[in-house]
Amino acid sequence: MSNEVLHAHAEALTVHGDHHEHHHQETFISKYVFSQDHKMIAKQFLITGMVWAVLGGLMSVLFRLQLGYPDAHFTWLEDILGKWWVKDGRITPEAYYALVTTHGTVLVFFVLTAGLSGTFANFLIPLQIGARDMASPFMNMLSYWFFFTASIVMISSMFVETGPFSGGWTAYPPLSALGSASPGSKTGMDLWLIAMALFVVSSLLGGLNYIATVLNMRTKGMSMTRLPLTIWALFFTAVLGVLSFPVLFSGFILLIFDRNFGTSFYLSDIYVNGVGALQNEGGSAILFQHLFWFLGHPEVYIILLPAMGMVSEILSTNARKPIFGYMAMVGSMFAIAVLAFLVWAHHMFVTGLNPFLGSVFVLLTLLIAVPSAIKVFNWLTTLWKGNIRFTPGMLFAIGFVSLFISGGLTGIYLGNSALDIHLHDTYFVIAHFHIVMGVASMFGMFAGIYHWFPKMYGRYLNNTMAYIHFWITLVGAYLIFWPMHYEGLAGMPRRYYDYSTWESFKQFADLNKFISIVAMIVFATQILFLFNFFYSIFKGRIVTKQNPWNSNTLEWTAPIRPGHGNWPGEIPEVHRWAYDYGKDGKEFIPQTTPVGAEESQH
Amino acid sequence: MSTTTVSATTKWWSGGKSPFNVEYGKLMMWYFLISDAFTFGAFLISYGTIRFSSTGWPDPNKVFSSYPFMPEGAHAPLVFVSIMTFILILSSVTMVLAVHGGHQMNKKAVVTNLILTILGGLAFLSCQAWEWTHLHHEGAWWGSNPFLNADGTQSSTNFTNYFFTITGFHGFHVFSGVIINIVMLIMTLNNVFEKRGHYLMIEKAGLYWHFVDLVWVFVFTCFYLI
Repeated sequence: MSNEVLHAHAEALTVHGDHHEHHHQETFISKYVFSQDHKMIAKQFLITGMVWAVLGGLMSVLFRLQLGYPDAHFTWLEDILGKWWVKDGRITPEAYYALVTTHGTVLVFFVLTAGLSGTFANFLIPLQIGARDMASPFMNMLSYWFFFTASIVMISSMFVETGPFSGGWTAYPPLSALGSASPGSKTGMDLWLIAMALFVVSSLLGGLNYIATVLNMRTKGMSMTRLPLTIWALFFTAVLGVLSFPVLFSGFILLIFDRNFGTSFYLSDIYVNGVGALQNEGGSAILFQHLFWFLGHPEVYIILLPAMGMVSEILSTNARKPIFGYMAMVGSMFAIAVLAFLVWAHHMFVTGLNPFLGSVFVLLTLLIAVPSAIKVFNWLTTLWKGNIRFTPGMLFAIGFVSLFISGGLTGIYLGNSALDIHLHDTYFVIAHFHIVMGVASMFGMFAGIYHWFPKMYGRYLNNTMAYIHFWITLVGAYLIFWPMHYEGLAGMPRRYYDYSTWESFKQFADLNKFISIVAMIVFATQILFLFNFFYSIFKGRIVTKQNPWNSNTLEWTAPIRPGHGNWPGEIPEVHRWAYDYGKDGKEFIPQTTPVGAEESQH
Repeated sequence: MSTTTVSATTKWWSGGKSPFNVEYGKLMMWYFLISDAFTFGAFLISYGTIRFSSTGWPDPNKVFSSYPFMPEGAHAPLVFVSIMTFILILSSVTMVLAVHGGHQMNKKAVVTNLILTILGGLAFLSCQAWEWTHLHHEGAWWGSNPFLNADGTQSSTNFTNYFFTITGFHGFHVFSGVIINIVMLIMTLNNVFEKRGHYLMIEKAGLYWHFVDLVWVFVFTCFYLI
């Protein structure tokens, strides 16, 4: 069914009324607050995620101040943040660890899990598979509000007297289990655990919905192998989340018992300075690491896969070429999803793990390089000889590929248990995962925002600001994290408060200062993006074309500002895959176009 | 929900219909149960890890050898928990009958069997409450373990820690199941499903109930038999 037919149909329907259109008056509450429209829920996730990204980014700027200027006194900070955070113009050690911990937790879970797959799974799944809404709009709404509640609890932990949790985002016991061991492990940790438990519930509600929607609600003709790669990626992401978060949940429950009910699941033979020897016997701190990383490793793919999916879609659309190796892309994502569950112990090589077991995990870890390389080569070959349009979304997508390669290569170093003895817990690890998981996924998210903003708000983002945003962020990301590889190779450990007191690391004082300066510049550039985002929602150039990127996927057959139900009248039927670009002399052939009689092989 | 109306050549995966011929709620329930299985799996594997890294473990035949109103000096290993298990399995049978009644649009059969299932669930919970109370009176609780290892050496508290946490978590699932079944009962009595024309909700509640039952088999094996 072509777009013209759809339009005509729509007009006919507005006269006669349509069963799927909402005629009842939508109140402010039902439209913007407790909305059950997947598009509004997606925007709620996005904007909440952005608030978190700003807070999490600001935290990193604060602790970079300490790392870059260990001797400086920022007395004005004391007036803003208060004495617990800043004393005598310096970030206090407690605050430093709290900032590092919260930065990690917030960016990994609240921004790059909820903000990324929460936004784009909600927004794209119904629109790209041709569904009116999610399978259960109500559960979808609950999913957001659990996330919101988790956010409130997490924020409130910043304001308790003993400070927020400060034991690292991995929350390893015994430190996280013993309030007597650190002020950050007192009330702050309780709130952290409550927030994370609520977050798991939110992610479960969302994930079940995404899976059921993708499997059950595809429109006529939309077979699994005609799905855009975004949908495949979001589907695997949801499966990973549904299977791995419950294990973390179990781990947290045991931790809650250890903290509050005198159990010893993770505790054994502990002596706390000032408290004395503890009674706990028979537990294992390593057990928590197993439970944590059984989620923790799939989690990096929960973060990365949506970005990969969106990047595939955006690269193909803007290179005006079919995606190279569609089935290989799906297959490699499946392989990644399976392997994600079999590699968790590579985070634990130096915990006393049996070296033989370690070698098994080395093998499985390095196996991930195969599907990852397949994906990278497919992206590059998609770009090869393409008729590339450098839209902001496309630039961020290409940036994603660049970062994924750079960060992925260092993963091969870290996946070796022998090399890991030297590299673990150094800045090399920080550099690796920030590039490959953090910044790369951020780029995927930006690519998605720039590409689908016209669909979300019916307006364009400003391109000039977008280009400035892209170049400074890309160059900045490399300038921040590339030097950290050197520091890490030289043995500089992560999570230290002040390196200037260490003879071995004094040489990096200037480098640390440089990194901090770039971090601040990059952070400021994100404010520019935020301005662009909110300004364009209200004042951006209005979208007048239904399909501004000349894209094949279904969301561009919906009206420019789709109502609740997405398509007026019938849902379009799908006749082909999503990547018929440059076929038979046609620039693009939307999925809704029936296969012609004289069309070359289909 | 019959598959006979659809010919064998139907392309299940080509879109426009559910590939498994189920509505979304049932699909979600299945995925939720897989997810929940991972939660219990993580608990039981943790339990296994700690137990096998311990030098000894109490003998379940000695710990669980009591039942209510037991005559002084009697020794009845695993008798009470066997009754509990039997009750739970019976409640699964009545749940099957309720689902079956739903298929036949037989409201009376659904109501009767749901009531029996709820009673079974409540009976199980009451048994568990008695067992917990009994163990508590013997001095067992989170963080305190009065039982010696099977070889007579001092035991760590992890025997009771895991026992109360995992059976408690399972009991919470049973409790939720009872609540769900009560809601189903009220909806059935109010003719909600009659008006809807199908009893699919009962099937979904049934899936959950059977799952909780199945999990108990593993919990029972891990704590009472091994």
